Amino acid sequence: MIKKTFNKIYDTDIGFSFFNSKIAIISSSIFFIIFLCSFFAGIVAPYNPFDPASVSLMDAFTPPVWSEGGSASFFLGTDQQGRDMFSTMIYGSRISLIVGFASILFAMILGVFLGVTAGYIGGRYEIIVMRVTDIQLTIPTILMALLVDGIARAVISRSMHDEMAIYVLIFAIGISEWPQFARVTRASTLVEKNKEYVSASRIIGLSNIIIMFKHILPNILRPILVIATIGLALAIITESTLSFLGVGVPPTTPSLGTLIRFGNNFLFSGEWWITFFPAIFLVVLALSINLLGDWMRDALNPKLKKR
Amino acid sequence: MISYFFKRLLQSILVMFVVAFVSFSLFNFVGDPVNSMTGEDASDERRAEVREVLGLNDPVYIQFSRFVGNIIQGNFGISYQLKREVSDLIGERLPATLELVFVSAMLAIIIGTILGVYTGINRDSFISNVILVVSLAGVSLPTFIIGIMLIYLFSVILGVLPSFGRGEVTDLGFWTTGFLTLSGLKALILPSVTLSLFQMTYVIRLVRAEMMEILQTDYIKFARARGIKNNVINYKHALKNGLIPVITITGINIGTLIAFSIITETVFQWPGMGSLFINAVYFVDIPIMSAYMIMVAFIFVMINFIVDITYYFIDPRIRLKEESE
Amino acid sequence: MSLLEIKNLNISYKTRKETIVASSNVNFTLERGEILGIVGESGSGKSTIANAIINLIDPPGQITNGTIKIDNKELQNNEEIIQKIRGKKIGFVFQDPQTSLNPLFKIKDQLIETIQTHLNIPYEEALKKSINLLQEVGIENATKRIEDYPHQFSGGMRQRVVIALAISCEPDLIIADEPTTALDVSIQYQILELLKELTKKRNLGVVIITHDMGVIAETTNKVIVMRHGLIVEQGNTKDLLTNPKSTEARSLVISVPPTNKKIKRFKLIGPDGSEITSSSANLTKNIIKTWGVRKNTNQKLLELQNITKIFDDQSISYRKKIDENAVKAVNNVSFQLFEGETLGLVGESGSGKSTIAKIITGLVRPSVGKLEYNGLSLYNSKRKYQIDKSRGQIQMIFQDPYSSLNPRFKVKDIIAEPIKFFQKGITRNDLEQNVNDLIDIVGMTRKSLDRYPHEFSGGQRQRISIARALATRPRLLICDEPTSALDVSIQAQILNLLKDIQDELHLTMLFISHDLPVIRQMCNRIIVLKNGIVCESNDTETLFNNPLHEYTKELIRLMPKIESII
Repeated sequence: MIKKTFNKIYDTDIGFSFFNSKIAIISSSIFFIIFLCSFFAGIVAPYNPFDPASVSLMDAFTPPVWSEGGSASFFLGTDQQGRDMFSTMIYGSRISLIVGFASILFAMILGVFLGVTAGYIGGRYEIIVMRVTDIQLTIPTILMALLVDGIARAVISRSMHDEMAIYVLIFAIGISEWPQFARVTRASTLVEKNKEYVSASRIIGLSNIIIMFKHILPNILRPILVIATIGLALAIITESTLSFLGVGVPPTTPSLGTLIRFGNNFLFSGEWWITFFPAIFLVVLALSINLLGDWMRDALNPKLKKR
Repeated sequence: MISYFFKRLLQSILVMFVVAFVSFSLFNFVGDPVNSMTGEDASDERRAEVREVLGLNDPVYIQFSRFVGNIIQGNFGISYQLKREVSDLIGERLPATLELVFVSAMLAIIIGTILGVYTGINRDSFISNVILVVSLAGVSLPTFIIGIMLIYLFSVILGVLPSFGRGEVTDLGFWTTGFLTLSGLKALILPSVTLSLFQMTYVIRLVRAEMMEILQTDYIKFARARGIKNNVINYKHALKNGLIPVITITGINIGTLIAFSIITETVFQWPGMGSLFINAVYFVDIPIMSAYMIMVAFIFVMINFIVDITYYFIDPRIRLKEESE
Repeated sequence: MSLLEIKNLNISYKTRKETIVASSNVNFTLERGEILGIVGESGSGKSTIANAIINLIDPPGQITNGTIKIDNKELQNNEEIIQKIRGKKIGFVFQDPQTSLNPLFKIKDQLIETIQTHLNIPYEEALKKSINLLQEVGIENATKRIEDYPHQFSGGMRQRVVIALAISCEPDLIIADEPTTALDVSIQYQILELLKELTKKRNLGVVIITHDMGVIAETTNKVIVMRHGLIVEQGNTKDLLTNPKSTEARSLVISVPPTNKKIKRFKLIGPDGSEITSSSANLTKNIIKTWGVRKNTNQKLLELQNITKIFDDQSISYRKKIDENAVKAVNNVSFQLFEGETLGLVGESGSGKSTIAKIITGLVRPSVGKLEYNGLSLYNSKRKYQIDKSRGQIQMIFQDPYSSLNPRFKVKDIIAEPIKFFQKGITRNDLEQNVNDLIDIVGMTRKSLDRYPHEFSGGQRQRISIARALATRPRLLICDEPTSALDVSIQAQILNLLKDIQDELHLTMLFISHDLPVIRQMCNRIIVLKNGIVCESNDTETLFNNPLHEYTKELIRLMPKIESII
């Protein structure tokens, strides 16, 4: 049975493209592994670095196991508070992935809804939505996220701040990414709207909602998926940048970006591994997602003639 | 033609108004400006005094017009945290950011376009693949990581380039420039490379995608059928069509660069608007935040305006459409 | 020595799964002064041959065997020689004038560049030559128009420019790939006449690729019939058309709608070579049971009064008055439609015929005018379409079989959806029965129901569209160019099917087309439209035998007639 499903997938254009592209297989595997590790962080990580009981300042600044002074119990070394690097990275990637996924999901739902309705309904509604989209698209993600974050800081009292930080962050990044989805969705909707199967549905008398979400939406999923994948990488990078700048997740639940910020202070004094490993991890994560997105974009583009 | 410009001009002014209003709302309705000025434990009379001085008792539209009037004169208020005129602060720091952004933009657009055209035309060559892999890295590496890596390599290990600051700057009165001194130029290298890398890869990929699509159109095929030589087709016919989107993204490019300069300035301790802003966010210094928003919006709007005008002269279809209306 | 000699040409495409043979064993010659037509249904390989001659086959196709010789020089797979020859010895004309010209360069620049690539003459001389070329192809005011950009020319004008570019360097051979398919009948006539004139004047050899038998009859001296990449028959045009021998050729010739008389059904040739007749009488017993019998009462079903449509700009317009100078897609059109008849709307592009169909079905709102169905007004005072007044009784089938079916739906769901919509509580069994009946009626197997649209050909997709349209039990069926995108033999099948269905189910039809012979066969009454205005309206035979309006006369005169040769 598994063989049959595999054959069915392999037979489709996308399946074939995927299994013949080394890049696609490698990058998706890497991403999958990282995803699983962070999901099962409790099992995968040798320590829980945020449990004060398991951390001791005595272990601080231990270099990786292959360097002089390294210890087998801390494979990649420890940071300035004695936390195991490997464990902090696993837990950190979990935060990065959670914020990334959640913000993209938010952006996607908002953006796709607005894009489909704007494209189909048209009129003043479309003009307004598109103006807002255009204006927002000229504002870079980072800036948008910073602004929303800054305003939130001013509005929410200091004490609530840490608790709300993650939600604010997800909201901020999501708000900065939705225009991408809206623009692509609207463009695709406009193309589909002119197709005759939509006219046929209108003549039958089907309601606009059914036409938009049952007929048109399934046909425009491809470009949305590409944007979502690449957007995920961007969201993760944005979150890590904000955390690095100190305005992202609270230090109590550090993401990869926060870890890099911690380690930056020690880079020049010789304890390079505190920044180095989280940085590599972040890059590998972002790279694998980008490669996947890139492959997807080429594989799903009907205009590019395959060689 | 005049009406085209006029329409665009009106739109720009409209956008500025919207931004000004948002900024104004920040001032008045987010947080308490009185508190920030007087501190938490000021007396009630002191508070009332400050309210009067700040004009917070007047109706909203009067406050807004006062706000706009101030902006136009360059008066952005006083920083809560640094207790200095915001306009002074901006004046000091703007040249640093603008010079950095300008150099990065040149790098990103020029090198990006050249590499994009090359990889678009020579789809399968080895060099193209190398360029694409490197460009992918550029998109996946967050700017701050690039900055840190470059600092580590060139400042710490090799010791040839400075890791912070602008170097020696020449004071020209209203502007301070780092272009005229060797140390100033040296200090520009790492930050501008860092800043431009992300945008450069974006430009490469965009131009490449455009070129590839254009090379498959009917009119290119027809040109080939007429015997036009490949070089002419690639670099004259295809290129002219392919450059149009580059102009669009130039506008967005410069905007993104200004935003990312926040990060670069933080990593390199570059004394520009970006690091000023990030501090303002951290300390909830509203006057600086709103001034930054307005300055940046102004630059965006101006650039988009220039881009629109350039479009007009490059794409004949727009010219004729406007003229026939 | 022939101008063009093709021997044993084999072309194949290597895709990921298999090797597809695009053409095999192709042999033919062409002399100067001759016009050769290559005709065949889509997928027959005719375009591939044309592209092969100038070595511009889309990858991954390639020439695997055979020789192509121009004036005895071998060309195939030799990019070096070909580069020198393209434009200089061989001129190529593509199908779509909209996309053939670079939008950012003036016509002047494109012409001069082409000339200077092959001929070593200074700019001034090239400019003079370009202006002369434009005049030769019939563009008035050439000195001024040469400074224009492509989008400032109409479709027909653009194709003339394309031809000018193709002959600019004095080639001996011209290859035209469907040069007039995208153009209106009157423009088509002019372009073909131009080609014939140039052939004679410059002693050219011309290859025309087309699917239109009328074009073949009126323009070519020799013809090649292709099918599945093979030449099935070739010879002198007059002989082949009068007396076709191969099944394919016979099928092509016999399916062409006659222009000079009316027939009951189109003749079809089956794959074994014999004539077939189709009838769906048996298949509709079930349908008649569920639909109930209908009687023809000959009452007035549809009425349009003073319908006018002006298309606004996308931007919000604050003008409420109708600008006298605005372009009217439909201009004060009125007519009536009676039950049981087939009314034809005929006109070229821009005539407004499709817009009228859209107004009747509510897809587009009229700016002015009244529309009544069965005595009830279909547009209320706010110009909103009252779909409940017609309740599924008005249905439509469309032109493009590739966009009229939702690619994500299975065939059975496509047909079932309208049924479920109108019969909300229908049981699964009844629904299945309905769907089965409908797929039977359009002549497709029950197995098709579980498949997706992309697995079917254009003709089959149109059948599915018809099944979907019939699912709501309509009284009025609007057919908007339903066969314009189909090959001629498939067209015959679909049109026969429509006639059968109309007879069995007592449907009223509004048939829209630009193809006069088709309209003659399908309709008993015709309205001729030009630029949104009704030019003439009459019974079919009267209109064809005795046209009154100048435009009607011109259309009848210019339509390509296969009978001109037979």
